[in-house]
Order: sequence, then structure tokens, then C-alpha cells
Amino acid sequence: MEKRDVAILGVGMTKFGYHPDKSLAELFAEAFFEAFEESNIELKDIEALYFGNFVGEMTDGSANLGGFVADEIGLKGIPARRYEAACASSSVAFREAYYAIATGIYDCVVVGGSERLYNAGTAIGTRALATAVDGVYEITAGLTFPGVFALAARLYSKKYEIPLDKLREKMAMVSIKNHKYGAINPKSQFYNKFGDLKVEDVLNSKMICSPLTLFDCCPMTDGASAVILTTADKAEDLIDTPVYVLGTGQSSAGALFRQKEDMIRAIPRKISSEMAYKEAGLTPKDIDFVEIHDCFTIAEIIASEAMGFFEYGKGADAVAEGVTSIDGDLPINPDGGLIGKGHPVGATGTAQIYTVAKILRNEYKYNPVKDAEIGMTDTLGGDFGTLVNIILGIHRRR
Amino acid sequence: MFKEFFDALLEGKVLGIKCKDCNSYSILKSTCDNCGSRNVEKVELSNKGIITTFTTTYVAPAGYDKECPYVVAFVELEEGCWLVGRLDIDAKLADEMGQDLIGKEVEIYGKEFPNEPYYPDKKRRVVPMFKLVS
Repeated sequence: MEKRDVAILGVGMTKFGYHPDKSLAELFAEAFFEAFEESNIELKDIEALYFGNFVGEMTDGSANLGGFVADEIGLKGIPARRYEAACASSSVAFREAYYAIATGIYDCVVVGGSERLYNAGTAIGTRALATAVDGVYEITAGLTFPGVFALAARLYSKKYEIPLDKLREKMAMVSIKNHKYGAINPKSQFYNKFGDLKVEDVLNSKMICSPLTLFDCCPMTDGASAVILTTADKAEDLIDTPVYVLGTGQSSAGALFRQKEDMIRAIPRKISSEMAYKEAGLTPKDIDFVEIHDCFTIAEIIASEAMGFFEYGKGADAVAEGVTSIDGDLPINPDGGLIGKGHPVGATGTAQIYTVAKILRNEYKYNPVKDAEIGMTDTLGGDFGTLVNIILGIHRRR
Repeated sequence: MFKEFFDALLEGKVLGIKCKDCNSYSILKSTCDNCGSRNVEKVELSNKGIITTFTTTYVAPAGYDKECPYVVAFVELEEGCWLVGRLDIDAKLADEMGQDLIGKEVEIYGKEFPNEPYYPDKKRRVVPMFKLVS
């Protein structure tokens, strides 16, 4: 089937952090209105809502959110539903929305997400996040998300014969980089905070799941993000700088313990990113910068390898050598990533898209990526249960 | 099916499946972990294994906080499949031993812990426990 080219009309994002005074729907409305304002469309042009949310039941006692969210933003009666795929919720929603337009089902839709984990508190938040691990075998052992990546860090150290002390120092450099970029992003949870961390600060912060300390982990965050999508043809009529969707990929996996050693190779991510490269007609070398799912420092390293940017076992060196810094060959997480910017789970995927679009449109003045034409997102749901990659560019697919 | 796994575990047995198509073993499940085949037979696996990785958890989810700190580990059984559970040693000792714990042999048994509201089995919560073989 011939697919239509799809483009982003507008993007919006709330400040990430603590939002005790706004509901999931109210937070989403704030992000949506920002996206809507720059889209040059009327409300009636939007035909459907694709809404990402992970644990509304546990944090806000609220499910069936599609209709409530659509109503909050003034979209009465349109098809509206919630997508849940843990941290990849809004990336899965984005991919479904993209295909709906590409295949001609709709001409204009809104996609995004909203989450309130900070407001839920650490104990409920940790339990809510842990619903994304295997619900029988892994949860009974008390496996948490920092736990998942702590297991991965120890295995990575063993498998690639990097002494754990050395690996932890390199992991700390991911935290230092992402906090540095998060501290200059006004929408970050940690705006103006932790911008000048030292390796010792990361190593000596509170131990969460050995060997991961607090600064190896992203925070619990409240926030929302929204993207308005339409056909490339319509976008070119409506706005000056459409950002085109060049390729998308998605993959899945079962329980982490059943993935065995593959957990440090993130095979579903390899499948997903290769799907996206193929659809875009590109290779990893063509990507100018990436928003990677750095829920933990080691997660960014593993992801950068699985996506084909570095050889397996070499991602940690790439960070230490500055390759992934803003002036390196492949800037990773110029907006601070999940670690520096925050991680409102169901909103994270479309928040990554927000940043990529802003950078490609030359509107991200805090930490610009010079001459960037192609950017990519990487969103991980659970312990590799869901993987989504999206490639965006300022020119149509060739 | 998971009830059967934990019933057996409380008797010191680890239940799994052997795939008749690719000959690999998995912890009890409807299909083979390796190839997805339904052509499997239920088997009793070895109750011994090797620690492949572990972590000491200092921040626990609601419902597990009274057990904290605890050590979660992955163990590779003799048949090649992996199992997740808890290491039956003091959390402090686990962190002192660090990476040296990886590769150590353990024996597997089941232990009941207090239930929590979201666990799929509303009657009990059994945890696979790994005891170091000295």
C-alpha cells in the first residue's frame, strides 16, 4: 500500500516536575494548547485523539481517559482512546497516529500523553512503575526499574570485562552530561539544578539498587506533551517549517529473565531501530542527533549500541570520549533526556518528539545541534517489553 | 499454570518445559522461550544454578518495603534457562562481595512472603530463593 508522507504541525509540552494542582487531563490541555497555537488549524480539523498514559489508575485513580481528555481540550465526540505501553505509551500512540494518517484513515490528529508520578510519592510511584516488569515472576522477587538496569550494569561489566568501578565512572558521565543539558532547559524538572555534577557526586549519592545511585536514575515526574500530525501536503500549506516523519519502528519482548544475556544487547531495540532505518531509507550514520531513553545511565549506553551507533561494549567509551556530547559526532539527549529533564512516563515519547522537532526547526536555543537535518527518538517501555524508534527530518523522505 | 510452578517450588522443585522442536528449556510457560513452539513437554529442571547478575534493592515498591533491603538475582540453571529470584544472603554482604558473587553456585527453593494487593495470586506470594552452595 502506498503511504502518504506525514508531517508535524505543532508541538507542545508542559514544564516537567511537580504538578499537584492539575489533573492528568488539565496537564495535557496545557501541552495541547501550545501545539494547537502553532498549527494554524481550527479545532474542528482534528479528527481523533491518541493519548498515552501508563498508570492513571494507580496515581490518579483514573482510567478510560480518552473521552475525559478529549472533552477537556474541547474536542467533543471524536474517537479518543488511551494507549498504555509503559514508558513507550505516547510513542506507541504516535506510531498508530502516524499510520492512521499515512494510510488515509485521518488527515489530522493529535497525539500525546500525560502522567503524574511525582505527585504520587516514591512508594506508590515505584510500585506503579514496577507494574511494567513481569507481573508474576519478576514482581514477586521485588524487582524494580532501577533494579532492572542495576542487573544490566553488573552483567555489562562482567560480559565486556570492564571493571565495575571503571564502568560506574563512565555511567556517571552520562548523568553529568544529561544533568548539564537539563539544567539549561527551562522546561526541565531540574532547570538550574545539578548542572555542574562531578563524578564523585554521582558515585556517592544515595544507593538505590546497587550499583545504581540516585544520580544514575531519572526522577519521578509530572508532565504532559502533545503533537499535532497531518499530511505533508497539508502541512506545507499551513506552516513554514514542517518536520516530516521519515521512519518508525516498534518491537516487543517478554520477561527480562527470559531474555537472558540479550538484556544487555536490547534485541527488541535492534529490531525496532532497523525497522525505522529501513522505512526512512537511512542508516545510523545519517542520524544527526538522538533523544534516547536514558531512564538510567547504563540504559543510554546500552541503547546507543543496540541502535547501531556504537559496537556492543563500546557505548560507555563513547560517552567518556565526548562523542555523545553536544559538540561530539552524535549528540545524545541535548534537552537533558529523562535524567535531566524528567520522565512523566506516558508523556515521555512525545516529549522526545517535541525536542527533536524544536531542534530541527532551529527553535531550541538552549542547546542547539548545529546544522541538524535528521533526528531520532528511542523510547523503551518496561524491561524491553516495548520498543519504539521514530526518525524525523526537515526534508521529505527521498 | 503459575500456581503449579510455585506449588512445586515450595517442594524444592523447579518446573519448566523442554521444546521438542529446538531442544531448549524454559521456565514453565505456554510456548518455548527460544522458538515460540507449542510442541513442548513439562519437565522438572535442575534446582541448582549459577548467579549471572544481581542487585541489592534499597528503595522498594509499596507492599515490598518491609522486606527491604533485599537482593534480587538472575540465575542460570544447568539446562541453560534463567530464573529470577532472591539471593538468600545479607544485603550488606552481597554488596561487599560485589561482582565476585557472579558465577557462584546456588540451590533454589521457594519461600512464602506476605501478599500485596496487586499480586496476581490473591492467596499467597511465593518467591524463588537462591542459597549459596558453600
